[in-house]
Amino acid sequence: MRVVVGVDLGSTTTKAVLLDEQRRIVGRGITNSRSNYEVACAVAREEALTAARFTMLERELERRAAVLGGKPSEREYALREAFRLEIYLDQLGELHEEMEKVLKSLSFISDRSKLSPAIGDVVSSMKGEAPALFGEKAGRRSDFFRDLAAASYMSTAERVAAASKGTVSYERLTGVFDRAILDVETKLQSRDFGTILRRAAHRLTAADGSAAGKALLEAVEGAASSAIEEMSFVGTGYGRQTLPFPKQAVKSEILCHGRGAHRVFPGTRTVLDIGGQDTKAIQVDDHGVVTSFQMNDRCAAGCGRYLGYIADELNLGLHELGPLALGAQRVVKVNSTCTVFAGAELRERLGLGERREDILAGLHRSIMLRAMSLLARSGGIMNEFTFTGGVCKNPMATKVLRELVDENYDKNTVLNAHADSIYMGALGAALFGVDDLEAGRPAILPTFVEKVRAGAAAAAATPAE
Amino acid sequence: MTTTPTHITRPREVDTEAAKDDSQLRQKQMISGHFDKLATAKEDGRAVAYTFVPGNLTELMLALDMLPVLPEINALQSGMRKLSGNYITEAEKLGHSEDVCTYVKCDIGMMKSGNIGPTGTKLPDPNILLLSYTGCFTFMKWFELLKEEYNCPVAMLHVPYQGDGHITPEMRTYVIEQLEREVIPALEKAAGKKLDMDRLSDLLERSRKAEDDLVAVWESAQNTPSPIDGYFGGVYYIGPIFSAFRGTQDACDYYAMLRREVEQRVKEGKGPVTPDGDAPEEKYRLVVEGPPNWTNFFDFWRMFSREGATVVSSTYTRVGGLYDTGFRHDPKDPLGTLADYCLGCYTNLNLPMRTKLLASYIEKYKADGFLINSVKSCNSFSAGQLLMLRELERKTGVPGGFIESDLVDPRYFGKANIENRVQSYLQMLEARKSRASA
Repeated sequence: MRVVVGVDLGSTTTKAVLLDEQRRIVGRGITNSRSNYEVACAVAREEALTAARFTMLERELERRAAVLGGKPSEREYALREAFRLEIYLDQLGELHEEMEKVLKSLSFISDRSKLSPAIGDVVSSMKGEAPALFGEKAGRRSDFFRDLAAASYMSTAERVAAASKGTVSYERLTGVFDRAILDVETKLQSRDFGTILRRAAHRLTAADGSAAGKALLEAVEGAASSAIEEMSFVGTGYGRQTLPFPKQAVKSEILCHGRGAHRVFPGTRTVLDIGGQDTKAIQVDDHGVVTSFQMNDRCAAGCGRYLGYIADELNLGLHELGPLALGAQRVVKVNSTCTVFAGAELRERLGLGERREDILAGLHRSIMLRAMSLLARSGGIMNEFTFTGGVCKNPMATKVLRELVDENYDKNTVLNAHADSIYMGALGAALFGVDDLEAGRPAILPTFVEKVRAGAAAAAATPAE
Repeated sequence: MTTTPTHITRPREVDTEAAKDDSQLRQKQMISGHFDKLATAKEDGRAVAYTFVPGNLTELMLALDMLPVLPEINALQSGMRKLSGNYITEAEKLGHSEDVCTYVKCDIGMMKSGNIGPTGTKLPDPNILLLSYTGCFTFMKWFELLKEEYNCPVAMLHVPYQGDGHITPEMRTYVIEQLEREVIPALEKAAGKKLDMDRLSDLLERSRKAEDDLVAVWESAQNTPSPIDGYFGGVYYIGPIFSAFRGTQDACDYYAMLRREVEQRVKEGKGPVTPDGDAPEEKYRLVVEGPPNWTNFFDFWRMFSREGATVVSSTYTRVGGLYDTGFRHDPKDPLGTLADYCLGCYTNLNLPMRTKLLASYIEKYKADGFLINSVKSCNSFSAGQLLMLRELERKTGVPGGFIESDLVDPRYFGKANIENRVQSYLQMLEARKSRASA
């Protein structure tokens, strides 16, 4: 399969989208942006490639549906979860190694001899609990290793520390984790899809020599051995000044978001994108080409990061803010959306006896009012209007935006908000990649891909122990 | 707002062709000579007038042997020399708010820090403040503050705003009468001598010649590629004529030399000089409204030059005199011509006139786009710029871009943000071009 790769390096998350030559989405990947952009891009691309392999796997499963029985999509889902579990287990191994390294690097530490086995116990316990994190009933809040491992590590470490009766402290255990996790996250690991998928398949079909088990393994081989040829790469995003892409392969995120949104909703004429630390109001023509735009300047007020601060202040997950705000009985008027003062403002309102939900409703309205001002400056809201970026997943943000559109523009304006709109930038980038491919422009290999490939080649050349 | 750099040092790491241009060297000598004269003004018994770039009455001052000092230029030079941040802090300590024009705060901070000019010598105190009021209301407050400091007279020339889009005979008479009754007597008193009208006419004759050559330089941008950058490069070209040299033989020689150099570039088919040497292939032709940022001037310039974007014309380079619509100083009518000059300054035009001028540049110089650099601390000129943008898009069909920075406050220059917008804008032009040709 020949694909083009679009990568959107955001301040919070990095997204990758793979398109085939017919411009169909064949894979998507997302990861947290961390402090290392190269790794973030590599991980997002890897995830997208994996997703593309699963697209191929689903087709393989469909071909064998009669033998396998059940729904191919359910099989594919089970395999995908088992695959994720395998990767998680690998990463736990890597985390353990890093923690041992941290322990060795710490001088003047008297309890190393106690910490090391305690950490071993924690990791071993985490591995034992890992299968419960995957599969239909898992209900994970995040797919990022950092989030999953941290939650599991903290609760396990608490138990191990308590059981040690004071010989190992919880703080020491978490201290080692905090130092190690960054290195795990920022190290480029090259994983062989086929090897991991085979392990996953064996886990699912353990001790099962049935025809169905055999068919499953065949399907896995079919997906694992087909070649995916990356024909073109285009990068975009907030971090695009430091994107590990050559300059010719970098596109402005304004163009990419506009084009991505137009691709998903072809009637789009105005796009509002609210990301981690910037807000963009974009006007596009009937081909998705940007005709004008406005961006917020230097201040993250009114962006996703602001909501992040509010969530931290309330000790809530970011995804909980919107649903909570929907429960407001009235909207408290909030005049400032300064991110730095967000906590102070919130505490002040709580101190005045206002309900949390009502304050949150006010904060959401305040954010969206800033967006409305930006939209007005960019030329107003035209029909259809598409809302993208991380913040569009917040139901309160979307509700308030609808109200403001009705108050200020034509009530018949269609407001599009797509659950996957976080991928719009990467999708737009990939579409520019298809343009490059069709125009016969040579593919430019980003440095991170070169490194991943060099790493994979080195790993293949090293004999297995 | 406004002004022009005079003595500008190119970035040290790059040995640019511009640095070797004869006209550039000549300008440097002229400026340095002027500051030498200022350094010994008091010993030499020469009167000093502080004044503004838009509506500057240089010929009048020179006819009275006065030496002009232009606080706006001092401020922008402080910005380029990375001194403005501290000067602004000084002014804020004195109680000037964050929203006050940063040229004003930079000037006040510089004054409070010893008033050392760009060549390292102390600037003389003014004998008079010549307040030519042409559209910027901050000018009045600025000189009110300086008057308090220097305890010297202020001669104010009130230039009526072209609110209705034209100059009436009454407006002209009003300015001439102020010149006759108030401004010239006040300047004569400060200079200690009487104005010689013949000498003034001679100066105005030389102004006219230099203006002819400057216009030829601007119009060379009609060539493809344009041999000049009419904004980043243009701020050098306006140096002499917007500061202390209009009406001098030095200015005539400088502009004649500059014109020859530019004509030579046209013959050779060369694009403009950039901070990195000769410009790469011309990809985009832009018109720009608003002054540049001075604290990161070369970073800002490179955002365009490295992408192959040439500014073919700009309105900022017209703030000290609008000559390419036909006005020339007329030696036969000295006071009338000074009135016409002041009334016609770009800063004195209303929004529809500014929009019309920009539209004419877009058309005349075959621009692919236009960009507005809106200055945060400039209330006089930033107001209405978004309206201008929409109107210009409607009139010309050419897409506009909008960026925000500041004149000399380094805190207001977000390099990544501005670069992001500039690149996005240029890529947008590119995408539209590809679509049009598809």
